[in-house]
Amino acid sequence: MAEQRVSYTLDSTLETVDSAEEKATNIATELGFGDDEVMQISMAVREGTVNAVLHGNAYDPHKKVTLAFERKSEELVITIRDQGKGLDLSKIPNPLAPENLLKTSGRGIFLMRSFMDVVEIRPSKTGTELKLIKHVHGPSAGGKEASQ
Amino acid sequence: MKISSRQVDGVTIVDCSGRITLGEGSVMLRDSVRELLAKGQKKIVLNLADVNYIDSSGIGELVSAFTTAKNQGGELKLLNLTKKVHDLLQITKLYTVFDVKEDEAAAVKAFK
Repeated sequence: MAEQRVSYTLDSTLETVDSAEEKATNIATELGFGDDEVMQISMAVREGTVNAVLHGNAYDPHKKVTLAFERKSEELVITIRDQGKGLDLSKIPNPLAPENLLKTSGRGIFLMRSFMDVVEIRPSKTGTELKLIKHVHGPSAGGKEASQ
Repeated sequence: MKISSRQVDGVTIVDCSGRITLGEGSVMLRDSVRELLAKGQKKIVLNLADVNYIDSSGIGELVSAFTTAKNQGGELKLLNLTKKVHDLLQITKLYTVFDVKEDEAAAVKAFK
């Protein structure tokens, strides 16, 4: 999918989460990312889609999730939009804080930030837009992997 | 995901395989651990050798299993982490929270 954009409109279901992950795996593999990077991208997309389906749209059958993959010159840009009430950024916990370590949730955004080069979250009253960027051959991506 | 359990010297080894993710995988693990604790089997080892994928929900389920066992006077250890699961527990700072073993005999012995 060199220099092109594909997008999908998906139901707010658990099947969508698996489907989004599979699409991300296929596209990242096609683009030539290494195995570790493919896993990171697919997991970030999975976590982003879980947030959209579960926390954004709350499994509402009337609300959709939009997932788009865009290959730009040196990066893969993934956008996930939901139709929920908009994520409250002030309520995102730090899962590494001692008081949160044993919490059973709240690690999704942290994992996305760990695995992707850029994570942007834009909440609004009509939903949340999540943008995930991975550099195709960027030095920062290589550096991050080496440090993990 | 598939789960089966066996007894070794009074310790319950829970062999897990597949994916521990939001939905079926997480629910199966939760039910399995709760069932063991309800039956009084409070020394539990989760063998994750064949778990090839885990998401944040699965990580949360491991934490839940660990704290549920502890709160009921039991103990839960992790065995044979794959590199992916190991790395995830490292970056989430949970590796040192769990008692992680690489050898089943050592894991069983560690309860005594």
